[in-house]
Amino acid sequence: MTNNEVPQGGFAEAGADLELVGISKRFPGFTAIEELDLTIPAGSFFALLGPSGCGKTTTLRLIAGLEEPTTGRILIGGRDVTSTRAYQRPVNTVFQSYALFPHMTIIENVAFGLKRRGIKNADPLAHEALQLVELDHVANRKPAQLSGGQQQRVALARAVVNRPALLLLDEPLGALDLKLRRQMQIELKDIQSEVGLTFLHVTHDQEEAMTMADTVAVMNKGRIEQMGNPQELYELPHTAFVATFLGQSNLFTGEVTSSGSSSISVDVSGTTIDVRSDRAQRHRGRVTVGVRPEKVTLYDSAPKQSSDRNVVGPGRVTDVSFSGVSTQYEVTLPTHGVVTVFSQNTSITAMHHDGDEVWLSWDVGHTFGLADESYTAAGSRFQDDTDTSMIATQSREKLEAELGAD
Amino acid sequence: MAFTAFSAQTSAAEPAAKRRSPIALFLLLPGILYLILFFVTPLISLVITSFQEPDPVRFGSFVNAFRWENYVIVLETYGEQSLRSAGFAALATLFALLIGFPLGYFIGITLRPYPLLQGLALVLVIAPFFISFLLRTLAWKQIFSDEGPIAGVLGALAILPPGQAITGTAFSVIFGLTYNFVPFMTLPIYATLASLDLRLLEAGNDLYGSPAVTFRTVTLPLSAAGVMSGTLLTFIPAAGDYINASREFLGSTDTTMIGNVIETNFLVLQNFPAAAALSLVLMAAILILVSLYVRRSGTEELL
Repeated sequence: MTNNEVPQGGFAEAGADLELVGISKRFPGFTAIEELDLTIPAGSFFALLGPSGCGKTTTLRLIAGLEEPTTGRILIGGRDVTSTRAYQRPVNTVFQSYALFPHMTIIENVAFGLKRRGIKNADPLAHEALQLVELDHVANRKPAQLSGGQQQRVALARAVVNRPALLLLDEPLGALDLKLRRQMQIELKDIQSEVGLTFLHVTHDQEEAMTMADTVAVMNKGRIEQMGNPQELYELPHTAFVATFLGQSNLFTGEVTSSGSSSISVDVSGTTIDVRSDRAQRHRGRVTVGVRPEKVTLYDSAPKQSSDRNVVGPGRVTDVSFSGVSTQYEVTLPTHGVVTVFSQNTSITAMHHDGDEVWLSWDVGHTFGLADESYTAAGSRFQDDTDTSMIATQSREKLEAELGAD
Repeated sequence: MAFTAFSAQTSAAEPAAKRRSPIALFLLLPGILYLILFFVTPLISLVITSFQEPDPVRFGSFVNAFRWENYVIVLETYGEQSLRSAGFAALATLFALLIGFPLGYFIGITLRPYPLLQGLALVLVIAPFFISFLLRTLAWKQIFSDEGPIAGVLGALAILPPGQAITGTAFSVIFGLTYNFVPFMTLPIYATLASLDLRLLEAGNDLYGSPAVTFRTVTLPLSAAGVMSGTLLTFIPAAGDYINASREFLGSTDTTMIGNVIETNFLVLQNFPAAAALSLVLMAAILILVSLYVRRSGTEELL
């Protein structure tokens, strides 16, 4: 295959490695991606997770060849494709907007890529791909005659049918309802393991990323904050952003009072919280530590102090929301603010009520220490400005700051 | 009939209103009255005139009759001019398309990230309309005249043989038609391209379509509605045009088009039946051509 030709004939035998080396992308006025290095091994299902505006879609567009990087190189299967155009790359994208060709029938849409590459039995292959997404019966309709969810599945079939070395998915399941979404998640995973392609999935849905991907990279402000398998990311987040973006976390900030070989102690407003040294990113100075809400147990009376448990309290239950499987409590502590606790509804006696005085306790091994020095109010590091309530909150804060109120 | 092509974009998608509302009819009333007064009435009068025969008593006036030979006579007499009209109009439409499409593409797609420049470019396309069409055509006559700059340069370079004028030739007439109708071609093409979703072009590129292939398979079919409106808006008036081809402007007796013949018959020869018959022939010819064109390009294929 020469550099300026459309890849002809045959399908990719297997997925290919993707390597980004020192990629930066600057647009007039802002930097979308800053010095990004990333390697995705062949055949893996990789999720790029982040809030909108974090640079994840730009990363995807750079790999697809729809944008040019300001600096850096992109390698697919070891071959430098930085200077090649989108149509020359062995990459296909499932677009967030579907981008189905409105003047073509569904089958023409799906066969488009195959025909461009001169593959002979394009139509039977396209029908097969449509069967995979259970839409072969609408093959002769136009995209406008399909529902949003159906269009999304067609977009998926149109990309998958080409068996690209690398499949890019830009929030591909966004428009589907929950049931179809689950079904498609499983189907996607099946396709991926069956064909052995490399999938790069961009999403802001942390649950989707965690259930589908082998490796998740959490991206924020043009950088990858942390990368690893979903469980690792959840159990041991390295930064406050990861801790709060991926699931919920209770975070506490304080000074390190003693630092031993196996654990460090942090003084948080008079209470000592212990963290295992290997679970802490920093061992001295001002640190932020945290614990996941489901790891915390509530007690009616002060539990016995023990070296392997952290105890905080007393506090008052200020909110109880029962959701069947579990109950979510909000406990307000005079010194630590609000702590969220998820409690499995396994015992009928363990219900707590609004206003109850409670103590909180959790295993030292569940505590994690973050790289951030301090952590201020929930969500302040990132605010999703696409959300109208967030815009309202921001403008209210701005107004309050202007009026000097607090 | 031809006008369905212009509204194809909306009418195809929306289902017909199921309920007939008397208010809708009432709102249509001014339009209907206007059409009856200024289209149907003159049309009927034209049809009647076209069958008239010379008054045997008073020379120069005509009486109602059913003299269908009028049609045969005008077709025999003016066959050459009719063919020339069709040819000139078709060429002018082709050239207008060759100029208008890139222009519409440039304004609608290339300039899309710069709304100010886009607006400015659109104003430039429309700007010639601020000056009378007659004046602009006369200005071209000056530019092309024997003493003008173009004839001078071409003569000096020996491209233009001595004694050969530029005005009064088929070239100058087609040039004038093209020049005058370029905005009518550009604007509808611009309108469809301005609403073209560029993500579709990205999808085309992503699916191994080179820019040229993506243009042929995505951009062109999706701009077909604009191209069709533009060609109709150019071809129909150009076929009946009598300004560019007239001797006072860019034409000569060798470039007479059917519009000039009709004008001469009405205003100079005062042969009203012939003029009326020619007008109707022109109308019918255009209707047939346009309906063939619309059917061939398939309106239902347009979005």
